[in-house]
Parts: sequence; structure tokens; C-alpha cells
Amino acid sequence: MQNKSDAKLFDDLHAVLGDRARAGDFELGLYGKDGSVLQGEPAIVCLPVDTPEVREIVDICLDHGRPFLARGSGTGLAGGAVPVGDPVIIATAKMNKIIEVDLDNRIAWVEPGVLNLDLSRELMPLGFHFAPDPSSQQVCSIGGNVANNSGGPHCLAYGVTSAHVAAIEVVLPDGSVTVLGDLTAEPGGYDLRGLFVGSEGTMGVATKIAVRLTPNPPAIRTLLLDFEDVRDGAAAVSAIIAAGLIPAALEMMDKRAIEIVEAFVNAGYPTEADAVLLVELDGLPGGVEHGVEVVRSVAERHQVGNVRVAVDDEERELLWKGRKNAFGAVARIKPDYYLHDTVVPRGKLVEVLEKVYNIADAYDLIAVNVFHAGDGNLHPILAYDSSEPGVLERVHAAGRAIVTASIEAGGVLSGEHGIGLEKRDYMGMLFSSHDMATQDLIREAFDPQGFANPLKVLPSGSRCSDSFHQHVPEGAWV
Amino acid sequence: MSLEEQISPEIRKFAAEVGPTGPVTVAGGQTQWEVGGLPDPNVRKVVAPSGVWSHQPEEMTVRCGAGTTLIELSEVLAQHSQMVPLDMAPNATVGGVLAVGRSGIRRLRYGPMRDLVLQIRHVDHAGKIVTSGGPTVKNVSGYDLCRLLVGSLGKFGCIAEVILRCLPIPAATKWLSGIADPFEVYSKLYRPSSILWDGKRVWVCIEGVLSDVEAEAALLNLEEVEGPPALPVGGRVALEPKSLKDLEVNGSNWIAEIGVGIVHGDIPIGGGQVSERNRSLMRDLEHRLDPTGRLNPGRQVVEA
Ligand SMILES: Cc1cc2nc3c(=O)[nH]c(=O)nc-3n(C[C@H](O)[C@H](O)[C@H](O)COP(=O)(O)OP(=O)(O)OC[C@H]3O[C@@H](n4cnc5c(N)ncnc54)[C@H](O)[C@@H]3O)c2cc1C
Repeated sequence: MQNKSDAKLFDDLHAVLGDRARAGDFELGLYGKDGSVLQGEPAIVCLPVDTPEVREIVDICLDHGRPFLARGSGTGLAGGAVPVGDPVIIATAKMNKIIEVDLDNRIAWVEPGVLNLDLSRELMPLGFHFAPDPSSQQVCSIGGNVANNSGGPHCLAYGVTSAHVAAIEVVLPDGSVTVLGDLTAEPGGYDLRGLFVGSEGTMGVATKIAVRLTPNPPAIRTLLLDFEDVRDGAAAVSAIIAAGLIPAALEMMDKRAIEIVEAFVNAGYPTEADAVLLVELDGLPGGVEHGVEVVRSVAERHQVGNVRVAVDDEERELLWKGRKNAFGAVARIKPDYYLHDTVVPRGKLVEVLEKVYNIADAYDLIAVNVFHAGDGNLHPILAYDSSEPGVLERVHAAGRAIVTASIEAGGVLSGEHGIGLEKRDYMGMLFSSHDMATQDLIREAFDPQGFANPLKVLPSGSRCSDSFHQHVPEGAWV
Repeated sequence: MSLEEQISPEIRKFAAEVGPTGPVTVAGGQTQWEVGGLPDPNVRKVVAPSGVWSHQPEEMTVRCGAGTTLIELSEVLAQHSQMVPLDMAPNATVGGVLAVGRSGIRRLRYGPMRDLVLQIRHVDHAGKIVTSGGPTVKNVSGYDLCRLLVGSLGKFGCIAEVILRCLPIPAATKWLSGIADPFEVYSKLYRPSSILWDGKRVWVCIEGVLSDVEAEAALLNLEEVEGPPALPVGGRVALEPKSLKDLEVNGSNWIAEIGVGIVHGDIPIGGGQVSERNRSLMRDLEHRLDPTGRLNPGRQVVEA
């Protein structure tokens, strides 16, 4: 417990939650970080089980003038769930029920702590799934997906989270409960639901979510294409799209990624190739077969080596296993990694990839690229060893250079991981101060006091109410 | 290119025209002019810039002035077999249909039009240019103002320029019609583009490669027709998709979008209720983004 006011706050929370309000060193150790390299200092962690409890926690925070931070599984990569500004952490892990599957409306109501893959597993036998499939889907929460507007390999054809959320019950920063959006196609008034999705916990806590269900495709084909030159692979990506085809997924891995993944999962990836494309086509059988032919002929025009078409589900899963375990496999070459996320126009993939390699060389780091090539979403992984003195400075400097190169190529700051703390101070690369002031004006309508996940998304200068700025803890890198 | 340089002279000129004072409204094709009520009679009308400024077929994105008509947009995109399925009147403008935010009849497959918007530049109440979203097909940089602007009837700003996501024009499109249970039709098909129902007759749109379209059509006992029926224009409500099953509207002329829940026609049923809390949030946003109420006065997104 840091000080007296914390003790009183803790007592009040404990009175409501019992041992689900925690401030032990063990818990606090768990909640200072997310999937990024950023570190904050948690003070109190609450594990509510339902909306009324979340509401009470927020009320107590208001009484004590303390901010709060919603946290799902803590897999976010932009520091969104890293506590800065002394927030009370509201972890949704115990709000993990699938409340209702409403097939007639093709909707499921879920609590925010439901894990992404658990939902799709539950829906699978009913012939449906939840389309956003982040690579972290085994562990990330739907609440986190909503807050970050997360994507995934299959969002190329199906769209990111926002397209799959009909309504959200939210405990607003003033403690009131409301539902944004509804199950109709045109909810009355302005699209507050659309605004909330992607707001990274700065507009309140999502306590129930109505997600849209996507029918499982009747036919699926998965192809692995290998290229002797990464440039041909990247050019093939643009050419596939330009041929009028939108695959369900179109992922790329570079040489280093292929090598480490193959050593890790033995998926039969061609380790001699410079790059592979993992392409999935789904839908009705005719369209899928047509797609296979288009991909094949485009790839041939771009010096493809082998075209491997998975013959059955088992092979298909194996090919995907390689892709989905790529991040874990990086640990084979270095103990730590920093995963970046920018988007560039597809036509600029080759140019920016080359810059990424040069940047990594210049900062004496190893770059591994496994990414959602179909929508130009780069994910350079910088592998490093944190025990090397000064290495984090180099990692951050290289990261900044990658973001800069992406923006210069006509890209954006983030395709799916969000801004959080990590890219907050880069917002000015993409937006004018007036753009950001407008964004802040809107955020403020939800949270005039800046209580919900303070210090995230917008750089301090653009925020009208930066009452917590002085609390940024020493160790936090922002 | 610096942020400043990215803003074209056309947009600057439009911002100057909107200016910082006096009631103003943007006139598009005026095809849905009465939605939300007419603007006050003393309001100054401005016209958003038009023109398809860049279509990048391999990116499947298009940047155009908000005043561009849908027909112009689709003609340019069709040269590369692409489309933006906005499905509204050909003389409607891109900015106009986004400001109204009512999606077309192929929403069942293509989703609401707000999901097609990547970037919006608008002129705010102070006559200043605001950019939100980004030019790439995927982007989560900053708050999603684009979605907020779609359906805002211009109350938050005058849409000046947009970047939209394009889709390939499907190789084959068939409209079928006949007497059938629309819910059964829906359950038989994989991602149809549209299912319309007037209480007796259904119209179904199936798109894709020809062999799939034919195979899906063969699942239904319906006749091929030219296209969709004319939609009744008397009114429009949005219901939960499943409540169409119990829809009983006798006598009047209506057509419902199965799976979507929109009902077109003279129908005595409510919809679009806004809770007290949401209403106050929405009013607060209106006040913040247009403190003097100069943008589209008279029109209401949230009924008084
Ligand atoms: C190996 C790996 C692979 C990944 N792959 C992908 C990928 O393919 N695509 C992708 O998009 N992301 C990916 N991510 C990032 C991350 O998994 C996603 O952003 C995910 O949606 C975060 O969910 P979470 O439950 O872990 O959220 P957290 O990290 O706990 O929180 C993320 C943000 O959401 C807010 N939040 C959480 N719950 C709520 C709530 N109930 N109400 C309001 N705000 C809330 C938090 O305040 C925070 O700002 C990956 C991460 C890892 C580690």
C-alpha cells in the first residue's frame, strides 16, 4: 500500500469485493505490464464479476478522485493496459460468461473477459464464428479486442472488430451505465458505439458486448507460396489484390521468420526461401477454386518457387500453426522482442521492408517480419537481449525510425495494436494539433475529468485536462 | 509531404467558404434532403468540392471530394472493375450519403457504409480543417471519428474529402424473386447480398463467380428478375432482424431487408429510440463540436 489515501480506498473497495480487491505484491507484480516492454506501477487491482460491481468500483474511484484502468488479458502491445497516473485496475478476468447466443439475430452477448478463441469454439458447432482472430486469440479478451479495435489474419476479407460489434454496455467514467448501439442496423442518434470501439479504455469500461456472428465458410483452401526474393513475394501481394481478389487471409513471412518458425513447429516451411506467402481463400467452392487459380497465375508471374496447397484440415492447421506461433518462436534467437505495427500502402511494402532491414542493421538489432501483408500491415519484430546494456534505447530508436519510414511512405501509426502509451507521442506525425484537439474534445464528452485510462492515446499537449500528468511513475517509458 | 501539404487547394477553398460564422449547410444531390428535417430557411448553402482525385486499384482505395456524385465515382472505379457499394441514387453525393448514413440494400453482404470509410477531412464549426482516420485499408491511429461523422447529418462538420475502401465488382450478379419464406431462403444461402420481402414475395440478390451464383440460385425455387423492386419511400425503420418474423403490418405498402432489419414503407412502428444517458452524451458532443449551433441548424439527428 503506497500511502494512507490508498489504504482508505482499498478498504472501500474491499468492502464491496472482498478478496477480489487486491493489493498484494504478487498481484501487483502481474498487473504492471502488458505485452509491450512498458512498465507501470499498479496500486490496487479489482476483479469484479458483474456490471453492478464495476459500477461500484468506478463510483468509489470517483469519491476518492482516483482514475481507473480496464484490463482484459494484458496482451496489448501498445501499453494500453500499463498503469500510469495511479489508476485502480479493473480486471475483467472474472467476467467471462457467454451470456446468450441469439442465432436469429446472428448475435452473441458476451462479458468482456471472454477469451476470443473460447467464443469462436463455442460457436463453431452452430456454424458460426467471431471473425476477428488476432494471433493472440487463445488468450486475449473480447473486451480488449473491442477497446483496441483488434484485427487478425482473417480481417482482410471480414473487417476488423468494429465491423463485428453491434452494441456495448459501458460503465461510463461518471459511473452511469449505458448501452451504445443496439441490435438494429441503424441505432438512433450518432454512432457512439463506433466511437467507443478502438478508444482503448479511455471512454469507460465495456461490461457486455453484442458481437456479430459470421457464418463458417463452406469451402476453404490454404496455400503456401515460396519466393526466392522477398521483393517478388511483396509484389505478388499487390498483384493478387489488383487482380480483384480479396483472400480471407494473405500473410507474409520473411527468411528469418521462416527459419525460426520451421525449427519450432516443423510445418514443412521451405527454409531455403527468401519469403513465403500464406494465402487462404474461403467462401463458396466456385469462388474458392477461382481464387486458387488467380493466386497461382499471379504468383507464377512473380517467380514463385513452390505452390503448396494444403490437402486437408490437418495440413491447413499445420500451415497456420507456423504463422500463429511465430512470435513465440522468436525466443529461439533472442530472449526478448519488440513487436511493431504500422500500415503502409501495399505498393510500398517492398520499399518499407528494405528500410526496416537497414534500420535494424543500423541499430545492430535483428529484424524478423511476419505480417498481414494483404492489408499492408507490417509487424517487424526486433529481437534483442535485454541484459545487453543500452539495448532498449536502440530498440526504441529503431522503432521510431520504422514508424517514421512507414508514415513517409503514406502509411499510418498502427494497424491493430493501437496507440496506448507506446505511440502516444507519435500522434503528431499523422495528425495536426487541431486534429488531436478535436479528438480530445470528443473524448472529453465521455470523460471530462480524464479518469478513464489516463495519459493514453493523445499526447499530453493536446489534452485539455491533464490532471494526472505529474503522476507518471519513474520507470515508465512513454 | 508535411501534414499541411497534404491538404489540397480545393479543400482549403471549401474551408474558406464554410468560414467561421453564420448558419451553413452543405447541399449535395438533395436526394435525402428531408432526413432529420429541413435546415432553417436562412441558412447559407455551400457545395463540397467534387472529383475523383486518386483511385489506386492495387490499394483498392479511392480519394474523392465529398461533392462527387455516386455515378461519377462508380464510373471511374468500374474502369478497374471496382466499386464502393453505397447503393444510393446516382446523383447523390458521396458526402451526402455518408452524412445521412443510411446504407443501401446490399448491406446484408457488404456491411454498413461506415465500414467502407477510411479517412474523412471535414471543415469544423470554426472553419478549420480536421482529418480523421487514415489513408490505408487498416488503421487504428487515434479515435474513430469517421464512424461518428457517418450519420451525423453534418451537425459535427462539413465533410470535404473522403478516402473509401473499394471492392471488386462481382463476376456475376443475379436477382431472383417469387413467393417463399424469406427466413428459409436466408438460412439456405451463404452470405447473400440482399433479401427483400414484402410479406408475400421475396427478392434475393446473389453475387460471386457464376458457378456459385448458379448453384446458390438452384437451392431456391425462384425466378430470375431484372433487379430489386422499387422501395416504398414513405418511411424507414430499423428493427432487430429477428423481429421481422413477427412483423404484422396490414394493408400498407412495405418492404423489409431480411437479416438486416430495415423496413421501408409507411409503417406504424417506432424505432431508433435513444436513452436519456446517450441523449445527453450526444447533446454534449453537439455542443462541443458546434458551440454556436451554426452547422445545419434545423436538422436533428437526435429528436428533441
Ligand atoms: C503474441 C501476440 C500476438 C498478437 N497478435 C495480434 C493480432 O494479430 N492482431 C491484433 O489486433 N492484436 C494482436 N495482439 C495484441 C493484443 O492481443 C490485442 O490488442 C488484444 O485485443 C488485447 O486484448 P487484451 O484482453 O489482452 O487487452 P489488454 O491488453 O488487457 O488491454 C488492451 C486495451 O484495452 C483496454 N480494455 C481492456 N478491456 C477493456 C474493457 N472491458 N473495457 C474498456 N477497455 C478495455 C485496456 O485499457 C487497454 O487499453 C497480439 C499480442 C500478442 C502478445
